[in-house]
Amino acid sequence: MHLRLPAAWVTVGLLLAAAIAVPLLNLAVPASSALHVPTWVVSLVGKYLCYAMLALSIDLIWGYCGILSLGHGAFFALGGYAMGMHLMRQIGSRGVYGHPDLPDFMVFLNWKELPWYWHGFDNFTFALAMVAIVPGLLAFVFGWFAFRSRVTGVYLSIISQALTFALMLAFFRNDMGFGGNNGLTDFKDILGYGLQDDSTRAALFAVSALALAAVYGLCRWIVGSRLGQVLVAIRDAESRVRFLGYRVEFYKLFVFVVSAGIAGIAGALYVPQVGIINPSEFAPAASIEAVIWVAVGGRGTLHGAILGAILVNYAKTFLTGSLPEIWLFALGALFVAVTLFMPRGIVGSLSRGADRRPSPSATVEAPASTADPAAP
Amino acid sequence: MFVCRAIVALLLAASVLTGAAHAEPADLDALVQDLGAGGFAQKQKAIDGLAATGDPAAVRSLEAMLDGKLYRRLSDGRVAIGAPSGQVIRLSDPLTGADLGDAAPADVDRVTINNRLRAGLRAALGGLTLLSPEPSVRRSAADAILKARPEGIEPLLRQALTRESDDSVRAAMEQALAAVQLSSAPEPEIRIAALRTLSQAANQDVRALVAGLLVQDANGVPAEPDADVRAAAETTLAAIERRLAMWGILGNLFHGLSLGSVLLLAAVGLAITFGVMGVINMAHGEMVMLGAYTTFIVQEWFRAHAPGAFDYSILVAVPMAFVVAGAVGIAIEQSVIRFLYGRPLETLLATWGISLILQQAVRSAFGPTNREVGAPSWMSGAIEVAGGLTLTYNRLWIIVFSLVVLALLMLLNRATDFGLTMRAVVQNRRMAASMGIRTGRIDALTFGLGSGIAGIAGVALSQIDNVSPNLGQAYIIDSFMVVVFGGVGNLWGTLVGAMSLGLINKFLEPVAGAVLGKILVLVGIILFIQKRPRGLFALKGRAVEA
Repeated sequence: MHLRLPAAWVTVGLLLAAAIAVPLLNLAVPASSALHVPTWVVSLVGKYLCYAMLALSIDLIWGYCGILSLGHGAFFALGGYAMGMHLMRQIGSRGVYGHPDLPDFMVFLNWKELPWYWHGFDNFTFALAMVAIVPGLLAFVFGWFAFRSRVTGVYLSIISQALTFALMLAFFRNDMGFGGNNGLTDFKDILGYGLQDDSTRAALFAVSALALAAVYGLCRWIVGSRLGQVLVAIRDAESRVRFLGYRVEFYKLFVFVVSAGIAGIAGALYVPQVGIINPSEFAPAASIEAVIWVAVGGRGTLHGAILGAILVNYAKTFLTGSLPEIWLFALGALFVAVTLFMPRGIVGSLSRGADRRPSPSATVEAPASTADPAAP
Repeated sequence: MFVCRAIVALLLAASVLTGAAHAEPADLDALVQDLGAGGFAQKQKAIDGLAATGDPAAVRSLEAMLDGKLYRRLSDGRVAIGAPSGQVIRLSDPLTGADLGDAAPADVDRVTINNRLRAGLRAALGGLTLLSPEPSVRRSAADAILKARPEGIEPLLRQALTRESDDSVRAAMEQALAAVQLSSAPEPEIRIAALRTLSQAANQDVRALVAGLLVQDANGVPAEPDADVRAAAETTLAAIERRLAMWGILGNLFHGLSLGSVLLLAAVGLAITFGVMGVINMAHGEMVMLGAYTTFIVQEWFRAHAPGAFDYSILVAVPMAFVVAGAVGIAIEQSVIRFLYGRPLETLLATWGISLILQQAVRSAFGPTNREVGAPSWMSGAIEVAGGLTLTYNRLWIIVFSLVVLALLMLLNRATDFGLTMRAVVQNRRMAASMGIRTGRIDALTFGLGSGIAGIAGVALSQIDNVSPNLGQAYIIDSFMVVVFGGVGNLWGTLVGAMSLGLINKFLEPVAGAVLGKILVLVGIILFIQKRPRGLFALKGRAVEA
């Protein structure tokens, strides 16, 4: 146990240090200096931090409650769209068509007025609230139905994948009013600061790092509480917890909604840094990729999820840049190798001796016994 | 106006009756020469004259004129069909096809036409081909007349009707005649009779024609002056719309079954690996893709070594695809899945990784673009049924093929030793092992079977879908939906699940649009699983959740 707490403090400390140091090295150190961090690196690492937050939200439900969602990218993308809608409204009349209210794509589609669900997004506070509320609401409805009727294990994985697939198809439609295929892009500024400015990018980085640290603290607090103990119990023996009198579905629903909200915040921080949000973020493949970050880092460890997300995405940036052919081979091999040889991930494997907790993979699922004895 | 048309019609009728199809070659030649002379009015007269002869020999010259290939030689004014070849234009006689020598472009004039003449030419061609010895040509001529309703076609149509022997062509001609009468006959009784004939039709063109009678202009004056005709038109319109709706439903039914059979093929292999073994194989779609690429390779071999036997390439591709995909499946089972039994979530991730590797491997080997897979002659073409409904042969074959595959699989499961041991291992692994069954071997073979079936599905899908490295991705979610919806571990459930999802999709499509329809189906399945977590054909007894 002695590694657990220091690891948490190290994680938070590193994030805080990054939040201060990286913007400083970018803005205050002259470009000629060896210590200068170029702006593109700031944005890239900022993007990794958003992915890390998404990984954290997956680890919270998968690592601690045994819910493997293959559709968490949907919550991430919904948060991103909520932020994108605010940024779209901020463009105002500076769009190509110069319409004071309508975004360019609506003018292009010959729409006369703003759809009702776009109202309010010109207000930053409202948009911020929606970033967490919309994904949380969807997670609540989805989870309410799924957990109440005890859809578990691979069934839940498959229908969560169907959910994000359906959303992807929906957002591809122009009639939805979210820009269709192209999504939302061409943002100008946030809260009056230009998105292309170095200082804005550095500030966004700092906010991402601080938010990640805060969310990490929240997750740590949740899994360390009594409720967290029940979650782990549900992961390891759901029926037994139910028989002990706990309302398993409420615990699951709570943690699922929290996780969706975190994913939404991650998406909202992601969009201003990459400058675009489009339906491909809903692709099932993107959600599954996020799961492997957690698996690589070590599920059920929280800081492992952050580490995994950053490592895998760094490898992706590096490989797709220099050896694009290799990337999918490497990612595929990573999936196979991690599940076969490192089921506890990097962090789990490193802290093996110190951690008395049984490996999650050994206890999560009993052998499948659902097959039909008399299959026709 | 009507009187005018009637006179033209009568004149034409007279000329047809007296000289039809027996026009002297000299007359024909004179008319053809007139095509190149003078203004558009004279040309129209010549076209009408040629049409009135009813002589198929005139078809070549009219077609050439329509295509802008009719020329007039400046030296002697002779009209000829010209084919540009290099620097010169090779001329040939429009009637006999005899070679008339080469001419420099400056020595000939192209016979010009305008839109009016173009319409006249099409009508004339329609009329001439009405007498063709080929029934299918006569039939399409009749359909063309029904669409265009050219002036003065009626006598020729009547003449064609008198000598028509084929019943279906005859019906088409009667429809065409009625349509012509409806738009040109002055007497209300004839128009009402025509409407009665047309009420047997199931055709969008007829619908538009009849509906046109009921249209009112800005002052509320209907297009059709006679009230009785309008009443008849209303009943006819209702009858046509009823019939069109019926054909529409039948069309949806066919397309739904066709989509269902595709889903069935894609999902039935999954029903074995997921349903029977409990293994989530995310690389299932890639097995389908491997099957499709195997078809491509087999066809390439046939193209290179035995082009004459190309029609049988598919028959070779089916077992080949089974072997290739099955072997890859067994390799995957032995190298990865074997170590992950009882850990379905890990299996899911590992097989997803395998699917990425397979996709990239195929992309590296064959390139990212679509590969051309040909259709054998017995699978191309279509049967045209009434009401705009066409059944393509490849879709029909796929429906048959999917059912055959399912039947063979059930037979294998029930009537063979392998099926027996497979079921024994699924039912009680340890007991089966104590009875001497090598369970590890059965697992590998079962997985190989499921993968092989996916490969076979790839052969069928290569006929209707693009063969690209992403082929499998498109089917994986749908396949899982089918298996989960139909009920895990039950092949009947897979059949019912696939067919009902196909039908629901296709019946929703006209109402909600293709994408929205698909979204509704997905949402519907998500809700359905809440209600019946074990699918349509749930297993009875104590199949407890893990």
